[in-house]
Amino acid sequence: MKKLAWLIAFLMITGFGFSQENTLTKNRPLPSVDIKDVKGNPFNTLKIENDGKPIIISFWATWCKPCVKELTTIADVYSDWQEETGVKLYAVSIDDPRSSSLVAPFVNGKNWDYIVLLDQNGDFKRAMNVVTVPHTFVLNGKREIVWQHTSFAEGSERDLIEIIKKVKNGEEIK
Amino acid sequence: MKKIYTLFPGLLLLFCINPLLTTAQDVLKGSQISGSFEADAQYYMKDAKMGINDSSLNGQLARMNGFMEINYSLKNFSAGMRFESYLPPLVGYDTRFEGYGVPYWFLNYKNDKLEITAGNFYDQFGNGLSLRTWQDWTLGYDNSLRGLRVKFTPVDGITLKGVWGVQRNFWDPYTTGSRGIVKGADLDIFLNDLFSGLKNAKTKLSFGGSFVSDYQSGKTTDILVDTLVYTLKLPENVATYGGRVNLNVSGVNFYTEYAHKINDPSAMNNFVYKDGNGLFSTLSYSQKGLGVIGALKIMDNMSFKSNRLVTDNQLNINYDPDITKEHTYALAAMYPYATQPVGEFAYSGTVTYTFKRNTAIGGKSGLTFAVNFSKVNALSKDSVYVSSINGMALNRPGTIGYKSDFFTPGKQVYYQDFNIEVDKKFSKRWKGIFTYLSQVYNMEVIQGHATDYGLIHSNIGVADLTYNITYVYSIRAELQGLWTVQDKGNWTAGLIEFTIAPKWFFSVQDQWNYGNADIQQQLHYFLVSAGYTYNTARISLSYGRQRAGILCVGGVCRYVPAATGLSLTINSSF
Repeated sequence: MKKLAWLIAFLMITGFGFSQENTLTKNRPLPSVDIKDVKGNPFNTLKIENDGKPIIISFWATWCKPCVKELTTIADVYSDWQEETGVKLYAVSIDDPRSSSLVAPFVNGKNWDYIVLLDQNGDFKRAMNVVTVPHTFVLNGKREIVWQHTSFAEGSERDLIEIIKKVKNGEEIK
Repeated sequence: MKKIYTLFPGLLLLFCINPLLTTAQDVLKGSQISGSFEADAQYYMKDAKMGINDSSLNGQLARMNGFMEINYSLKNFSAGMRFESYLPPLVGYDTRFEGYGVPYWFLNYKNDKLEITAGNFYDQFGNGLSLRTWQDWTLGYDNSLRGLRVKFTPVDGITLKGVWGVQRNFWDPYTTGSRGIVKGADLDIFLNDLFSGLKNAKTKLSFGGSFVSDYQSGKTTDILVDTLVYTLKLPENVATYGGRVNLNVSGVNFYTEYAHKINDPSAMNNFVYKDGNGLFSTLSYSQKGLGVIGALKIMDNMSFKSNRLVTDNQLNINYDPDITKEHTYALAAMYPYATQPVGEFAYSGTVTYTFKRNTAIGGKSGLTFAVNFSKVNALSKDSVYVSSINGMALNRPGTIGYKSDFFTPGKQVYYQDFNIEVDKKFSKRWKGIFTYLSQVYNMEVIQGHATDYGLIHSNIGVADLTYNITYVYSIRAELQGLWTVQDKGNWTAGLIEFTIAPKWFFSVQDQWNYGNADIQQQLHYFLVSAGYTYNTARISLSYGRQRAGILCVGGVCRYVPAATGLSLTINSSF
């Protein structure tokens, strides 16, 4: 077993070694993961799209105060953002079976206009390497991850919209 | 020298495929590498008042938990692994974690119809009443299965899953009998995808069923009861089966899941042979601005582990979802509920409502309030008294152990929580969240130690205010109070946090047990923290006392055990 693990490590490292530059795609596309929509029905993450316009994917949970603050703050300016950039926000809840059934009434109760997805067992979270929530991704029109950020501080939504404007104009994100 | 020998086959392989590298570059075009990393280090200090002394620290003042996970993907193929190290584990984590290694790796192939995984995997059937493997780094919990998993979607709307493997148990390698072999199958049908005519129907219906079996070798075991040794005949195969349905009609959603477990005498249920039953049901209604949900959960003898002899939080095959609300403010989380694996009867309800902007109550920018109530009781049980067995006197509960009235709650209260939360933005600069909670907590049952005061009744108030000085600088303050005449008496807590968006935060907080009957134990829990975030890399440092519980500082939440000292967390994902 241990040997196999080392073999995988070896293959990955060598794969990394000779796949730099030419082979490794700079902007990462979304992984294909089967999760659920807010109604509890199947949803594959490749269905996340916005007609070539920027996308925000925000990992959150009902019990995570900073996450709820971030999404509440954005909710205030979301219609302006949409008008300006056409951006669409997918709020991916990592609430487990303990609280995932609370998500739909919570989101509606808060009057949020986001597309909400349920990642009950953290499958999408793992595939996106999310360690802590909130964790926010910005995707370009080709649905490639061009920027990401963890944690929320008051006012950081202004940095987020600046990034989105750049993405919309096709500028490079550092 | 030895290292070179072990590397040799690998180097040889690299050498042989070297001419192929040019082609390999084309083949590997589109490769993705991503990963994550975390290190939690702590330097512990003696603190006589908190009971932390030389013997509890065991001479190991510096401790660290850390992991790194790497994922590789190329078209339909992906692989990944996680290295973990606990040298030694932080205080509060299971000491059996001490060591390092690769407890998690996988190879995966996925196309539209088929997904095959070899190695470790996490999966969940329905809401997990029959099977759920999952991992939580901050909780130190990982019950992943290692083996094979196949997921097959013959047509849109039908998903079949099969899993076969053994569970992770700290660093124990699998040997026959050390734990069971878990096999499971699950079928999920989503009618609206299956029949194209229903694709755009307003009513959405899905249902599913699952079967999970655990084989643990060992036909008998001896147990000691009142100085007598009894030899029990064990069922080597134990199984659960269950079904579920999810119905959605415009704003109304109904979900229900039922699972049944056949006889499974274990250390958890005191070796009774009674079958287990579990029911988890939710009904909700929501529309823009309003959300209402009610939940019912009844679990009777549903603890299902792949080793019948263990009682710690390990090797769980299924999951028992707690339906009480999870609180994150320090004092609101003072008495958190933990599900009782032998059985419980729980129900809860939540209403969330937003008063629109420019209304009398909503004011200029709206007001959201949420009311939640939950209650957990014991089951209603009657013991089955057996006077003799095989002609020998027994005079104690027999093989079945007890009878229960499934739909009737027992008299004993485990937990009760009523809380109201108001979320209000006063102006562009000022906003606040105000919470009131009233809780009842059965410490004897939940924490398992006897008390002389019975249930703990507490009232808790929290005011959480944020002031944006500019768009970059903001100040947040929390003021909390907990009032109770039981346990450790009254508490108060305060926090001030200063953030410079989006990178820096600094905070000072204190929790003070001013109401403790023992004056020596009227402790302050001072904690100062600072952190820096750059995109997905984050470093934070804190110094002071930490009470066990969920700690939310500077934008993230994590579980922290009681300690005094200096702690450093670094995490990153790429």
